[in-house]
Amino acid sequence: MIPEFEKFKGFKAKSIPKEEIVSSGHRGCQGCGEVLALRMAMKALGKDIIVCSATGCMEIITSPYPHTAWNVPWIHVAFENAASVASGVEAARKVLARKGRIPKKHVDVVAIGGDGATGDIGLQWISGAMERGHDFVYICLDNEAYMNTGVQRSGCTPYGAMTTTSPPGKQSIGQVTWKKNIPQIMVAHNIPYVATASPAYFLDLMNKVKKAALVKGPAYVHIYSPCPTGWGSAGERSIEFARLAVETRVFPLYEVIEGRYIISRKINKPKPVTEYLKGQRRFRHLGEEEIQYIQRRVDAEYERLVKLAEMT
Amino acid sequence: MANSDAIVSVKSLTFGCHILEPGNAANFRTGDWRSMRPIMDMEKCIKCGMCWIYCPEMAYNQNEEGFFIVDLEYCKGCGICAHECPKDAITMVPEEG
Repeated sequence: MIPEFEKFKGFKAKSIPKEEIVSSGHRGCQGCGEVLALRMAMKALGKDIIVCSATGCMEIITSPYPHTAWNVPWIHVAFENAASVASGVEAARKVLARKGRIPKKHVDVVAIGGDGATGDIGLQWISGAMERGHDFVYICLDNEAYMNTGVQRSGCTPYGAMTTTSPPGKQSIGQVTWKKNIPQIMVAHNIPYVATASPAYFLDLMNKVKKAALVKGPAYVHIYSPCPTGWGSAGERSIEFARLAVETRVFPLYEVIEGRYIISRKINKPKPVTEYLKGQRRFRHLGEEEIQYIQRRVDAEYERLVKLAEMT
Repeated sequence: MANSDAIVSVKSLTFGCHILEPGNAANFRTGDWRSMRPIMDMEKCIKCGMCWIYCPEMAYNQNEEGFFIVDLEYCKGCGICAHECPKDAITMVPEEG
């Protein structure tokens, strides 16, 4: 067990910090679930942080020059190298503290990327930073496509989803591959802390992000973030879809502490996946056969996770 | 510098185009994007704060009595607060005028 976790009691609904790290006036779409997830994560981390943000929705909406929505030091870097810059910041702070140029104070270094920056373009750089063992947190805000540039498919787009580069038709059902399992790739790096979170369960999300910051060494948090614009869902139902994804087992919540799997929210009576799929325009074209396939695959993936939790 | 807002002299820019004022996006009012306005029924409200924690615009603030009040200068009218309110105390009404 990690010694830093013993002192941490977890956030309570009454003791959520009131301070906002991301200020109002950002340019997010109506009902954006991603900026909501980002806000909760930053609330958990507090003010003593340095944020390195890869290109993506969260960079565009929070920093239209000459405005910034950030109340903390923040740097925008290219699509692929948020993790590299975060490891550089962490190493530079270590050296400057040793030379006595800055006070010896712990500051969390946070790298933020979307699913494209994490799973497709930046995977190699994140892998390098994890392998070198820098003390930083990587937060992936997964909205399941390249929403910022106009809904192109990414490696994290789920099976059957319609995007502009995977259109459905007579010969195609939309995205033909299953969602890439990035948390599992991060677990394979043997890093101390990996977790998945959803903004519908805000205390769970905040506790996981805080734990990731407390751990010495690299930590990874994968946050599911609904996108009304890209998914074709109603803005007010963002949180509902985030909750349904967990309740239908499409996106299970778990954490991996030093290789030990813990399922944060066990779903014993799952809802059918049709409840999650309907209401989203990207899944509208799916027939009965494809929905059955998705149901079978989702159940199989969850069974595998339960077995992993029992084994470790 | 010439009296023009559109053309900015290079000398007036900060080094590396850094933004030196934190959180100055708050000067930008996003409230005019709104087509629906949230109205809260204070009788039904139990001060649970669900509207506050689920607001993506950080528009809700707690007042002295403990109620969460929406700041309409920032509210974009997404309706998450009305949808997630456990007591249905918030209703969305069309913006008029």
